Amino acid sequence: MSDAQARPIEARNLEVALGGAPILRDVSLALAPRAVTAIVGPNGAGKSTLLETLAGLRRPDTGAVDLDGAPLLGMKPRERARRVGFLPQTPEVAWAVTVRTFVGLGRTAYTGPWGLGREDHEAVEAAMSAAGVSDFAERVVTTLSGGERARVFVARALAGRPAWLLADEPLTGLDPGHALDALALFRGLAEQGSGVVVTLHDLSLAARVADRVVVLAQGRIVADGPPESCLAPEVLRAAYGVEAVIVQGAEGPLIEVLRRAG
Amino acid sequence: MTPWPRWGVYAAAAGLLAILAFASLSAGRVWVPWSAWSATADDPRWAIVFGLRAPRTLLAILVGGALGLSGAALQGYTRNALADPGVLGVSAMAAFGAVATLYFGLAGGAPWVLPAAAMIGAGAGVVVLLALAGATSSLVTFILAGVIVQTIAGAGVALALNLAPDPWSVNEIVNWLMGSLADRSVEEVRLAAPGVLAGCALLLTLGRSLDALTLGETGARSLGVDLGRARLLLAVGVALAVGSSVAVTGVIGFVGLVTPHLLRPFVGARPGALLLPSFLGGAILVLAADILVRLTPAATEVKLSVAMTALGGPFFLAILIGMRRRLA
Repeated sequence: MSDAQARPIEARNLEVALGGAPILRDVSLALAPRAVTAIVGPNGAGKSTLLETLAGLRRPDTGAVDLDGAPLLGMKPRERARRVGFLPQTPEVAWAVTVRTFVGLGRTAYTGPWGLGREDHEAVEAAMSAAGVSDFAERVVTTLSGGERARVFVARALAGRPAWLLADEPLTGLDPGHALDALALFRGLAEQGSGVVVTLHDLSLAARVADRVVVLAQGRIVADGPPESCLAPEVLRAAYGVEAVIVQGAEGPLIEVLRRAG
Repeated sequence: MTPWPRWGVYAAAAGLLAILAFASLSAGRVWVPWSAWSATADDPRWAIVFGLRAPRTLLAILVGGALGLSGAALQGYTRNALADPGVLGVSAMAAFGAVATLYFGLAGGAPWVLPAAAMIGAGAGVVVLLALAGATSSLVTFILAGVIVQTIAGAGVALALNLAPDPWSVNEIVNWLMGSLADRSVEEVRLAAPGVLAGCALLLTLGRSLDALTLGETGARSLGVDLGRARLLLAVGVALAVGSSVAVTGVIGFVGLVTPHLLRPFVGARPGALLLPSFLGGAILVLAADILVRLTPAATEVKLSVAMTALGGPFFLAILIGMRRRLA
C-alpha cells in the first residue's frame, strides 16, 4: 500500500515527563522497516507517550527521534505526515461525516485547496476495501458500532499510504475475527516494505504476529527482542507483576495469565 | 437527508442571493417599480436605489457573509456547534473596542480609528477564547469562557455608559450598539469592505485544517496540519471580518450560529465544505432579515439586531435541546 519504502526510525535517550511525573526514562530504540513491532506493557507504562514521540507528535524533554538519519521534529509537518502515519488510541470524530469522507481525511497531507484528486480517491477506495469498510462507505461514522469504527480508523490511517504506520491499540473493540484481519493487514504492510509499530494488550496475539516485542514498564524498556525471549514468565512477572504460563501451540505460543505474582 | 452536489448548493445560494439583493434595492417605504430601473440619474427614485439602498444591500451581504463564515470557521476549529462570534462574546469585545473610542472622543479623529479599535477588541476576544479552548476540549468550559468574555465586554460598555459625560453620548453609544443597517452610506461600505474581504479570504484558506480537526488535535497534527498556523489565521481572520462588521453596523448576533446549522443538511457536516456556503448563507440571512425589518409597519424601524436576536434566541434553545439529548 505504501508509496515509499520505509527508512529506519531511531530514538535515542528519550525522556518525557508529564506534570512533573516521569513517563519515559532513557528509552532508546532503533526500528527497522519490513517488520511488525509490538509494544506491550502494563497500564501507565508509557506506551502511548512513546508511540506519540516516535511519530514526531510529542517533543521529548531530552533525546531525539531520527527518521532516516534526519530529526523527525525538524521536518515540515506535511512531509512527516506523508512518511509516518499515526493512529491514536481513542480517535475523535467531531462531526457526523460519512465513512468515505472520514477516510478521505487520511489524504490531508496530499491534498491541495481543491480537495481530493483522482489519486486520492483511488487511495481512499483501496484503503476502505483493505480494511473491510467499503460496504458501509456512505454511513455516518458516529452511528457505527465500536468495532466498525475501529476498522474505519484503520482505513483512515491506510489512506495516507505512509511508509510507517504507528497504531495505538488498533484492536480495541474488534471481535476476534476482525482483530485477526487487522493483524493480517499489518503483516501484509510489513511484507511490502512498510514499518509497523503497534501497542497491544493481548500478549498471545503479540507473540504470534510480531517480529519483535518491546516490553515497557514504568517508562523503561525491560525487554526487547523476538517474542519467544521477551514474552517469558520472568519478564511478565517483572513488568506486569503476574504469574503466567506459556504453552507452545501448533501455531505459536499461548500466554495465559494465572494470578498476581506475590 | 443526502447532501446536495456542491454546484447545486452554490447555484441555489447565488440565485437566492441575487433575488434578495434585487428585492433589497426595491423594498422599503418607497417601493421601486420596474420602470425605475430604466430611469435616468435625475429621477429621484434613482437616488433612492443607488444613494440609499445600494450601500445598505452591499453592507448586508458583506456583514452577513463575514458573520456566517466566522461562525462556520469557529465551529470547525472548536468542533463545537454552538460557537458563534456573537454568542462567545467576540462581537461584544469588538463593540467594547469601538465604544471606547466613542467614549474617549477618539472616533472623530479619523475614520479608521473606530474600526481599528473594533478589530483589536475582536482579536483580543478570539485570543482569550482560543487560549481557554485550547487548554481544554470540554464543551462546558468553552461556553463558560465565552460567557466570561461576553461579561467583561459588557462590563466595559456599561462602564462607558455609566461615566458618559452627557446624555447625548449615551444616546450615541446605545444607538450604535443596537446593530442596524439603516442609513448607511458608501462611506461605511468603504470602511468595512477591506477588513471583511481580507478576513474572509484568510478564513477560506482554513478548510483543509478544519477538516483534519474532525479527528481531534492529535489526529490533525498527525495528518501534517500546523495547528499554530491555523489558530493564527483563525484569530486574525475573525478579528478582521467581525471587527470591521461590528464597526459599521454594531452587534448583530446569531448569524454565525444559525447559518452553518441551516446549511449542514444540504452541504454535509465536513467543516471545510461549509465555509464558502456559510458566507453566502450569512449574506442571505442578513439580507432577508433587513428587508423584513424595513417592511414592519411601526413608526420607528425595528433594529436589525433586535430582530435577529428575537429569531436567534429560540433557535439557540432548539439546538441546545437537540444537543442535550446527545450529551445526556
